[in-house]
Amino acid sequence: MNYDLVIIGGGPAGLAAAVAARDNGIQSILIIERDKELGGILNQCIHNGFGLHTFKEELTGPEYASRFIDQVKEKNIEYKLNTMVMDISEDKIVTAMNKTDGMFMINAQAIILAMGCRERSRGALNIPGFRPAGVFSAGTAQRLVNIEGYMPGKRVVILGSGDIGLIMARRMTLEGAKVLAVAELMPYSGGLKRNIVQCLDDFNIPLYLSHTVIDIEGKERVEGITIAEVGPDRKPIPGTEIHYDCDTLLLSCGLLPENELSKAAGVAINPITSGPIVNDGLETNIDGIFACGNVLHVHDLVDFVSQEAANAGKNAARYIQGQTSNETKEIQVKAEDGVRYTVPCTIRPEVMDDNLCVRFRVGQVFKNSAIAVYFDNELISKRSKQVMAPGEMEQVILLKKKIEEYPNLSEITIKIEEA
Amino acid sequence: MYDIAIIGAGVIGSAIARELSKYEAKICVLEREEDVCCGTSKANSAIIHAGYDATPGTLKAKMNVAGNAMMDELSRDLDFPFKRCGSLVVRTKDQDISGLEKLLEKGKANGVPDLQILDRNKLIQMEPNLAVDVTDALYAPTGAIVCPFHFTIALAENAADNGVDFFLNTEVKNIKKENFGYKITTDSQIFETKAIVNAAGVYADTFNNMVSDHKLNITPRRGQYILLDKDAGSHVSRTIFQLPSKMGKGVLVTPTIHGNLLVGPTAEDLKDKEALNTTAEGLDILAPQSSLSVKNIPYRSVITSFAGLRAHEDSGDFILGEADDAKNFFNAAGIASPGLSSAPAIGKYLAEEVAGALNLKNNPKFNGKRKGILNPSTMSVEERNALIKQNPAYGQIICRCESISEGEILDAIHRTLGARSLDGIKRRTRAGMGRCQSGFCSPKVMEILEREVPMDMLDIVKNGKNSKIVFGYNKLIGGWDNEL
Repeated sequence: MNYDLVIIGGGPAGLAAAVAARDNGIQSILIIERDKELGGILNQCIHNGFGLHTFKEELTGPEYASRFIDQVKEKNIEYKLNTMVMDISEDKIVTAMNKTDGMFMINAQAIILAMGCRERSRGALNIPGFRPAGVFSAGTAQRLVNIEGYMPGKRVVILGSGDIGLIMARRMTLEGAKVLAVAELMPYSGGLKRNIVQCLDDFNIPLYLSHTVIDIEGKERVEGITIAEVGPDRKPIPGTEIHYDCDTLLLSCGLLPENELSKAAGVAINPITSGPIVNDGLETNIDGIFACGNVLHVHDLVDFVSQEAANAGKNAARYIQGQTSNETKEIQVKAEDGVRYTVPCTIRPEVMDDNLCVRFRVGQVFKNSAIAVYFDNELISKRSKQVMAPGEMEQVILLKKKIEEYPNLSEITIKIEEA
Repeated sequence: MYDIAIIGAGVIGSAIARELSKYEAKICVLEREEDVCCGTSKANSAIIHAGYDATPGTLKAKMNVAGNAMMDELSRDLDFPFKRCGSLVVRTKDQDISGLEKLLEKGKANGVPDLQILDRNKLIQMEPNLAVDVTDALYAPTGAIVCPFHFTIALAENAADNGVDFFLNTEVKNIKKENFGYKITTDSQIFETKAIVNAAGVYADTFNNMVSDHKLNITPRRGQYILLDKDAGSHVSRTIFQLPSKMGKGVLVTPTIHGNLLVGPTAEDLKDKEALNTTAEGLDILAPQSSLSVKNIPYRSVITSFAGLRAHEDSGDFILGEADDAKNFFNAAGIASPGLSSAPAIGKYLAEEVAGALNLKNNPKFNGKRKGILNPSTMSVEERNALIKQNPAYGQIICRCESISEGEILDAIHRTLGARSLDGIKRRTRAGMGRCQSGFCSPKVMEILEREVPMDMLDIVKNGKNSKIVFGYNKLIGGWDNEL
């Protein structure tokens, strides 16, 4: 089997990448999706608020996904459902499996990684206590309620203030459950401000910052949860315990890009994002393997996923058409002083877009600070922001025209400074 | 009326059941949990000790060395994963060499083959990640790793296939001596039997003490463990023990048979025999403890932690055989470490004693072979495609982290003593045991259980009967009893 472009994952990233690749002239495209329908995690995100940037209207997750699914179908882009990719090799042979085709191999000229992410599990958080039923990741609970139609809990404590946890606090409440508290280890929320307001404040659900779960009780089903305040070392402070009688603990403690396949193909991973290291074309260290969406770095807004994925699709098309060369000069993009990482990590001034969006997250809450961009040691721009928080992705736009004014430029640094 | 009732379907009860099924007898196994392999057998170091640790002459020493020697054939006959990876007991520079020498002597006295003390130069070639302070080690090539779930389940399945009745969700409440033997009252029904084998783990003292004046006292000794993802699985290639010091027995670092890395256990004597909880104090000591023998363990890759209880009897040794004031009541009590390693030998030893006492004849129909659940990941592409053509369910991956197909899950449900819970499926197939810890696959596995058993979604449990996953339907479908 041969395809010009194989896209691993039929969620928002994979769909937008496929549409863009087709729009840029690639005919032979295959999307491989492990679930029984396209759309990825959006299918279980039945709340609204998607698409404000892309479509200038508020859509639910399935509605947002269907806009892209419709385009994929109109453009006759091929896809396989219920199909699991088992391996990707460095020379771009994709091994996949399903019930009807068995195990099969595809030779791809280019591959776009769009596998998304998984939730950090209870085990990875090292929460002590019993191991009863009733401890769910927020996303698993969301699937049980919204897709399968079941209620996984009546009295609920949530650890972690990631967006899915916040959304599920509201969702469980609307379904009649009592959400007793949300505990967050860090002194700030991991989710979007609007979700704190709409999902917790509006329902009088308390948010305890700098708190964590220190015990899970119940031998068969959760019977109680104890949370406690943590000090600056993130260790529980004795005497601050709060106990809840409850039957459910939801975890929303961070998302981890799923790069097991990428690593097997030799793709280099950034330890900060746990996603591939990419250049301005979203290409990894392996020629012709691109990455986008939550497998690259975890996003807050699907609109940005779609933009990023369209960029990956366009660049994969250029690669397939032989329009790129890796012989070009590369400039490093460095994250310093409060900036945790950037995507991309390198840019190629000769082939980059006229306006290149560099996305990043800050490592702590900053008030009345500024995002500064340096070309080598020269300050190029400084933009003030009232508040920046790790839960909200930031961006700067780099202009090709401006970079061309600096022919000897070797690195671009983005940092947070006083306003 | 049964000839023999075995209390407990852990590795010891199951091993005894299988050995007794070689004789003509009516045998049952009574298990309080909803599946076999739910107590100490499911939460331990998953290793088969070489046998140098126990004092020469004790039952622990004899059973360990004999059990270890039986594992190659048993794992082939019963088709469960087992690997002689070897083990090292490492000494650090502040410890005296005499500790290692004493272990070597004990090992020789116990009949452990091929033991030798290796110096650091040799060791570092075998295990580059040993800590810098490690000076030498006792090497035991017969040390091994095993899947304790598959080991126990294989024994139980084979016993059941040879006619042993398993009663799950059946908790023994009382045992009374009668002139025919014993009357056992459980929470569901009454069993009459000529003989009893007590393989009840941490509760074996309770049942012994119901019929015998020679009281036993079992202390649950908790061991907490941390399991790391497969990307850390090759950090060591052998089981690395620490030479006991006055600070304690130390912790081990071992690869597991499925390619993960396991660190533990703690050793805490408790009163509560249900205290399977981990604690912050317990988990926190594992990283610094393990660093005494193995450096740079990537604790970033932790995927889960768990605790198990070892059944420590006051005598310090295994209690095996007929209670001398309770005819035809046979104990397999105090089976702490090295219980898993000793299980095959304990099964044989006790079965022979019971068969002699009851004058049992050989069962000519006994078939000691059993096929495990297929492991398609070990097959070639051609073999796998032939399998999928024959049964398409093998082409549908359900658990993405461990690459477990629907076909394997269907087999786990429909085979002898099939799985009826999420954990039952997990122990048989590894679905849900990977890095996402069942986040993605549990709703799918629930659907398969609902369809295949068949059973109501609201009755599906994680493990015990009160460990239900969902309480009712969402409002759109029909709502739930929302009494908070």
